[in-house]
Amino acid sequence: MAGHSSRKVLPGFDLTLGVTVVYLSLIVLIPLCAVFIKTASLSLEQLWNTISAPRAVASYRLSFGTSLLAAAVNAVFGFILAWVLVRYSFPGKKQVDALIDLPFALPTAVAGIALTAIYAKNGWIGQHLEPLGIKIAFTPTGVLVALIFIGLPFVVRTVQPVLEDLDAEYEEAAASLGATRWQTVTRVVLPAVLPALTTGFALAFARGVGEYGSVIFIAGNMPLISEITPLIIITKLEQYDYAGATAIAAVMLVISFALLLIINLLQAWSARHGRRAT
Amino acid sequence: MLMRKLLGLTGLAASSLLILSVTAFAQAPQSLLNVSYDLSRELYKDINPAFVAHWKAKTGNAIAINQSHGGSSKQAGSIIGGLEADVVTMNQSPDIDILVERGGLVSKDWRKAFPFEAAPYSTTTVFIVRKGNPKGLKDWTDLAKPGIQVIVPNPKTSGNGRYTYLAAWGFALKSSGSEAGAKDFVKKLFANVPVLDGGGRGATTTFAQREIGDVLVTFENEAPALAKEFGEGKFEVIYPSLSVEASAPVAIIEKVADKRKSRDAAKAYLDFLFSAEGQEIIAKHNFRPSDPAILARFKDRFPPIKSFRVEDLLGGWEKVQTAHFADGANYDQIMAGR
Repeated sequence: MAGHSSRKVLPGFDLTLGVTVVYLSLIVLIPLCAVFIKTASLSLEQLWNTISAPRAVASYRLSFGTSLLAAAVNAVFGFILAWVLVRYSFPGKKQVDALIDLPFALPTAVAGIALTAIYAKNGWIGQHLEPLGIKIAFTPTGVLVALIFIGLPFVVRTVQPVLEDLDAEYEEAAASLGATRWQTVTRVVLPAVLPALTTGFALAFARGVGEYGSVIFIAGNMPLISEITPLIIITKLEQYDYAGATAIAAVMLVISFALLLIINLLQAWSARHGRRAT
Repeated sequence: MLMRKLLGLTGLAASSLLILSVTAFAQAPQSLLNVSYDLSRELYKDINPAFVAHWKAKTGNAIAINQSHGGSSKQAGSIIGGLEADVVTMNQSPDIDILVERGGLVSKDWRKAFPFEAAPYSTTTVFIVRKGNPKGLKDWTDLAKPGIQVIVPNPKTSGNGRYTYLAAWGFALKSSGSEAGAKDFVKKLFANVPVLDGGGRGATTTFAQREIGDVLVTFENEAPALAKEFGEGKFEVIYPSLSVEASAPVAIIEKVADKRKSRDAAKAYLDFLFSAEGQEIIAKHNFRPSDPAILARFKDRFPPIKSFRVEDLLGGWEKVQTAHFADGANYDQIMAGR
């Protein structure tokens, strides 16, 4: 966050920037360019027909909508989890801490099958929800559940170190100055962790948008209802429609990039804003 | 900040990339790579040792057969992308036709290179119902009735699902006599589908393990696997009055075979599939052998069924692809209007 103030004071700027640019080009930009070049083999009309097909549009809505919602849910509960893990000590804390990373380590297909087994109408949870008229597996809600599952570690792991750095003394000071608990949280703790929280939110969101393995088992994959965008891409690949697949991928990239950019700008703004306030 | 974050994101994406690893035997000419579809795994586990013994007896040379399995369209895509397969063994001919079309990897008249239009075996689409057939489902018309739940794999992503769709279409085309009638019928049938799994095995799991649906429409060869997994007698197989013949074609990838000088071995390998020994192994894996003499010997396992070929009734795969499965074609219209 040092930004412009430290420019050219440290040596090695040219070398490291060179490495950064080359590395980014090789790993990120060239593969992404390939997506756009492949897409360019379509005529404008074909392109528009492909990306504006009702099934594709319905899938954008589902993929981006559930990813944003899942990231928001994770931001709230991930923050609470991180808080508990940092501020309190209790038996089994180490184990809980390790559990958080599990969605990272688990192959996504396994996660998908496990979630489906639990939420299907004869599963542990599904069998109690079904009589109440609540269906989770094979509906868009199932997609949301899967995305919440895989996105959780991103929020916890980004917020946790910031909370650890934030001395409990600040909160004690706030309390002794007469702040209520609510004020302490909203005025003292939250501004400090907000940048980390937005990063966690952005990561969870980005992961959700691209997620295929776990979602595909629980979604039900009904056209216009529970088809995620990555499935539309896979479908096109199955039909050897590589240009169509990359066209949809390009749409995802552009929307994701725009959203991540907005999140980053918001974060930069809130960081500046927060510093001025303190 | 942004760059750093994007870098982090790509790292994640890269690590989650699934890479199909196939051991490349660069040196030894006496090896073959057979690129095949998903559900033939068990079959070729038995075919390959039998062929290795056969080859040894015939030529005195050792040979190694390497296998690669995956979704058949994906496998064809890998070959187009440069995977050096000597032979392909697929479950639908479009996945070989694409190899002719893109890069001329396979000769145009590959169907004539082997007997039975180069298909050593076929299977057919059947119904699997729960014990005692509680809903009394006998034929396609029963599946399109309101209140019946039908489990079918996604026709957009699985050959199995495509055959189910085509079988229903063919049945309705014959019974109603018109395309419009067929479309109307298939629409009613697919309105009864609550879940579209990506592939055949996924649909089987949904039906058997999750206990969703009244009937599973899938390949005949899935039925014994189901009985083995979930216990005999829990499910019954119903043969509809008309179904589709899903033949599994094979071909030599000539460009690769010529380059690797493996043509003779590749030819012998595929010939072996059509031999009496190969056909018997195929029958034991519940695929219908193309050789009528061998099929007759296993007739208790394969009840006679009236089936049509896509080439005969529906004008061939190319037409089926554009009229039914292309974007915005019949299947999309049916699903959009549910």
